[in-house]
Amino acid sequence: MSDERPGGGDPAEAPRACHGRAPDVFVPGGWVPMREHGEDEPVDFAIVGTGAGGGTLACKLAEAGFSVVAFDAGAYWRPLEDFASDEMEQQKLYWTDDRLCDGELPLKLGANNSGKAVGGSTVHFAMVSLRFRPDWFKSRSRLGYGADWPIDWREMWRYYAEVERALQISGPVTYPWGPKRPRYPRRPHELNAAAQVLAAGAEALGIGWSSTPLATLSSPHGKAPPCVYRGFCVTGCSTNAKQSVLNTWLPRALAAGAEIRDLAMVGRVETDRRGLATGVHYCREGRWRFQRALNVVVAGYAIETPRLLLNSASGLFPDGLANSSGLVGRNLMVQLNQAVWGRMDREVRSYKGPPSLALTEHWNYTDEGKDFHGGYCYMSQGPLPIVWARTLSGRGLWGEALMREMADYNHSVGLKMVGECLPDERNRVTLADETDRYGLRIPRITYGFGDNEKRMIRHALDFMGRALEAAGARGVWEQDDDTCHLNGTARMGEDPATSVVNADCRSWDVPNLWICDGSVFPTVGGVNPSLTIQAVACRTGDRIAALARRGEL
Amino acid sequence: MSDRYPGYDVLAKRDGLSWNDKTREVVGRRLAVGIDDHRFFDEAEWGVLRALCDRILPQPPERERPVPVAALLDLRLREGPGDGNRDVALPPTDVAWKRALAALDAESRQAQGRGFPDLTPAEQDALLRDMQEGRLAGPAWQGMAPKTFFSARLLYDLVGLYYAHPAAWSEIGFGGPASPRGYVRMGFDGRDPWEAAEAAPGREDAARRENRHVR
Repeated sequence: MSDERPGGGDPAEAPRACHGRAPDVFVPGGWVPMREHGEDEPVDFAIVGTGAGGGTLACKLAEAGFSVVAFDAGAYWRPLEDFASDEMEQQKLYWTDDRLCDGELPLKLGANNSGKAVGGSTVHFAMVSLRFRPDWFKSRSRLGYGADWPIDWREMWRYYAEVERALQISGPVTYPWGPKRPRYPRRPHELNAAAQVLAAGAEALGIGWSSTPLATLSSPHGKAPPCVYRGFCVTGCSTNAKQSVLNTWLPRALAAGAEIRDLAMVGRVETDRRGLATGVHYCREGRWRFQRALNVVVAGYAIETPRLLLNSASGLFPDGLANSSGLVGRNLMVQLNQAVWGRMDREVRSYKGPPSLALTEHWNYTDEGKDFHGGYCYMSQGPLPIVWARTLSGRGLWGEALMREMADYNHSVGLKMVGECLPDERNRVTLADETDRYGLRIPRITYGFGDNEKRMIRHALDFMGRALEAAGARGVWEQDDDTCHLNGTARMGEDPATSVVNADCRSWDVPNLWICDGSVFPTVGGVNPSLTIQAVACRTGDRIAALARRGEL
Repeated sequence: MSDRYPGYDVLAKRDGLSWNDKTREVVGRRLAVGIDDHRFFDEAEWGVLRALCDRILPQPPERERPVPVAALLDLRLREGPGDGNRDVALPPTDVAWKRALAALDAESRQAQGRGFPDLTPAEQDALLRDMQEGRLAGPAWQGMAPKTFFSARLLYDLVGLYYAHPAAWSEIGFGGPASPRGYVRMGFDGRDPWEAAEAAPGREDAARRENRHVR
């Protein structure tokens, strides 16, 4: 780009949202007006992170009349001009700063389970938008495992509906599982061949299946066009059909007066002698700055959130902020992402369309016949070449053996689970001694599976393998090493001794510090977390407005 | 390997409706990388890496412009963004690669009296299998686990770089970039006219004719 005005250079190098304007994500080279706030004037809310939690909450709070500045370490992209149809280039959407991984199962971070962009990982999420099974909000008391949420499912049901309307989710008229829900705002997408394989397998084994509720448009909405089935969804949508935080909640937030600061890495939440948060230290354009705020919201997802809280230790809070329970960083939960793969005689070409157009939640809602706690769903798949080749090399294939398998790319088909991991305090985020380019200590992520996870994996691989064979796939094999999503590490609860925040995402220890992202999940369930994170953020926004009206902020 | 998609070249679509400007720009940069371009690795490391890439990702000898896997890795390590994923068993990516190439060469000299590039392909494969299965433990690894490096770095990086190249996309019949034009025919055997035609055995000419019209 040749634009010499501020914000016109490389969006990964120089901030775009400044001088009273932010990128218009719907127009190449376009801008929308943005209100700006002085650093010395305390804003009502400084929000760290603009993903499913922070971006959604920024919108809700701005629309409720609060002054809001939201910070993101990543760039402010305009999908139409900045996004290539290219797996490698689009790695620019990932959080690729160094992180150390250890434990029995060192996690593979940096790709689908992380995001560094305005809009967070929703910019590259797979758009799967599922509600929790109601019992999961009380899994300890109703199902005998995990921990209870301090929120009632009926209240969440209302907030799920709010998010589904905001994102114009496309999905079936009647969803086969769970209590009644409104019909989805948009019709379901057509099934691709990979999804038809899932359906055939489910029908052969006598279980239900459904087209997947997806956050990509099936008909035009506002300035966004319907999905053209280009299939690069998880590397960022270049047409704006995907309803990410970047092109839904954030334009609304800006219109309501919120300010967004891109390429702004927050390194520390400052607290005063009274134990209250006073603002955030952040690095932008190579300089450390300080934004004063009456309230701080940490929404950096399940690794950066505990990292920031731990890096913000002070004399009054030597173990990190909001950490009197000792639980900040603990109970990290990924989700099981094992798969079965095989070969169809007919061409599948699963690179076309959203990757997961069909799913079954049968094993989320059926408890009989399980030798494990929790549930899982599984979905059809559409890996692009790099992801597929790495899946094969993960089996140890290289050389001619790898090339032979890759030649069957267009005939390959798979089913992949999203399975519930149980909270375990040993799975955690701590600070390593190494520091990053900002001088901030980097996170160390320690992870391992328990017996419950291993039993669930076995059950799922057996079942999915039978389903894939029943649908006609040959040479079925198991991919047993993958995980997805990150939650926990700052759980919500009803007791300050066993949780970090309350039901309103307000920290027990620092009353004007809030945490609003997947970190607050006490349990993760067997579905993708983004819809629930956004629903919690919507609820938090409403609760903050209600508390403010009562003078309880 | 038989040619499953005869005459299919994903680059024939480069100026068409399936490639937006950003895609043309970034893939164009990748295509401009020369097979021998390297500044990150020194000459000794480079020789080992080139030989290694030929074994991990063997390319058809008749390919006019082979995928410059080694040069793409050199470029990647020079430009330097990590991938956010570091096993504690490994040092940072750039250090790990240099150490591994030197160690592989040292293991080769120890076992065969010749450097890795001078081994026969069969000998090279045998040494790589030893590395993959954790049977190497020479001092040149300096405590880094060869087995972990092989799966978490060597295969992960090289395989990712190869399949980022249009020649690899054409080879496997992938539709390639697809924006703004996506796809229409979603079902089984549902080929859009701008996708690769697969040759049924004995019907290569028919597929070749179809692939000539891909734009």
